[in-house]
Amino acid sequence: MPQPEPPPRFEARPLGALALVAALALGSAPAASAAEFTRIDPAASEITFAYTQMGVNMDGRFTRFDAQIAFDPAAPEQGRAVLELPLAAIDVGFADANSEVQDKAWFDVAQFPVARFESSRITALGDNRFELSGTLTLKGTSHPISAPVTWTGQGTRAVFEGSFSLQRADYAIGEGQWSDFRLVANEVRVRFRITALQP
Amino acid sequence: MTTFARAAPGSAYTHTAIALHWLIALGLAGTFGLGVYMSDLPLSPAKLQLYSWHKWAGVSLFVLSLARLAWRLSHRPPALPATMATLERLGARFAHAALYALTLAIPVSGWLMSSAKGVQTVWFGVLPLPDLVVRDAALGERLLGVHQALNLALALIVLLHVGAALKHHLIDRDDVLARMLPFLRQRGRSA
Repeated sequence: MPQPEPPPRFEARPLGALALVAALALGSAPAASAAEFTRIDPAASEITFAYTQMGVNMDGRFTRFDAQIAFDPAAPEQGRAVLELPLAAIDVGFADANSEVQDKAWFDVAQFPVARFESSRITALGDNRFELSGTLTLKGTSHPISAPVTWTGQGTRAVFEGSFSLQRADYAIGEGQWSDFRLVANEVRVRFRITALQP
Repeated sequence: MTTFARAAPGSAYTHTAIALHWLIALGLAGTFGLGVYMSDLPLSPAKLQLYSWHKWAGVSLFVLSLARLAWRLSHRPPALPATMATLERLGARFAHAALYALTLAIPVSGWLMSSAKGVQTVWFGVLPLPDLVVRDAALGERLLGVHQALNLALALIVLLHVGAALKHHLIDRDDVLARMLPFLRQRGRSA
């Protein structure tokens, strides 16, 4: 008897420090529908962050990342997402700073090479908007986060856009001599624009 | 400028002119030294702090230099000593014009460099200056070269300026240095 193609499942895989790994988590998932977005287009996706340094607005980005999602506009609550970001791919715009943020006081990339977000709940807000909640794990510390997301569908492509704030001290990002918020503000605004594709 | 035409050559610099001259001279020396020192430091909170101070000082010096230029255009400075040769007068005129131009051009080059490198200049951490050029690392490196070249030119002309002032004071024994340093006149030989 022909079985429908099983939905993609998240599988634990070894992560190399530089490996870009995105995993898809589908709990007790329904069969993937044709309308479900399950892949992303990295070239049309970006994750950036903004912070203040001595009153000056600064920004940076993750030059490599991937995010697979399972999102059916007809049933947003059943969507799931797992993002993994190799922290070696942080670009803050300056060679010396890019090397500095790899260090122990910042992301300690040698010990914690990957940041991970795993969704736990999606709440539809109507009008192509939803609230995405989940857990962000960064430098060995996990905290719940949630972000309002808007999505725009264009045929087999959908663009998910949103942002959320985190406090860098919650994750011990910038310790010791860098912990003074007058120098580098505690609040970091993370913005994402993910272009997803139907299979 | 009508005020310029009307004003008779003064016999002395105004207190404002003297104050602006020395404020800018001290500010330039400090900001120049800070710029040379900070650029080779490894990244640290202190380095970021010094860069901010350098930029704040640079913007302040630009504002002071604009004020000084406005003062210069609306007040006739004392005439040069009649004993100066034509070539010396030309040299003095050129050096003074170059000093005014450089004190304005150097902060602007630093401001543009900072924008090109992706760090907006926010005066005293409060007043953001607009980014007149887009973020472009290669442009930032070129503007760094411009900033350094202009500063080298400034350093050379300041050396010439100081040398000329000392020559006026010690060799020509005229009042050119004393009129910008009034205490020399009070304590000095010509009263």
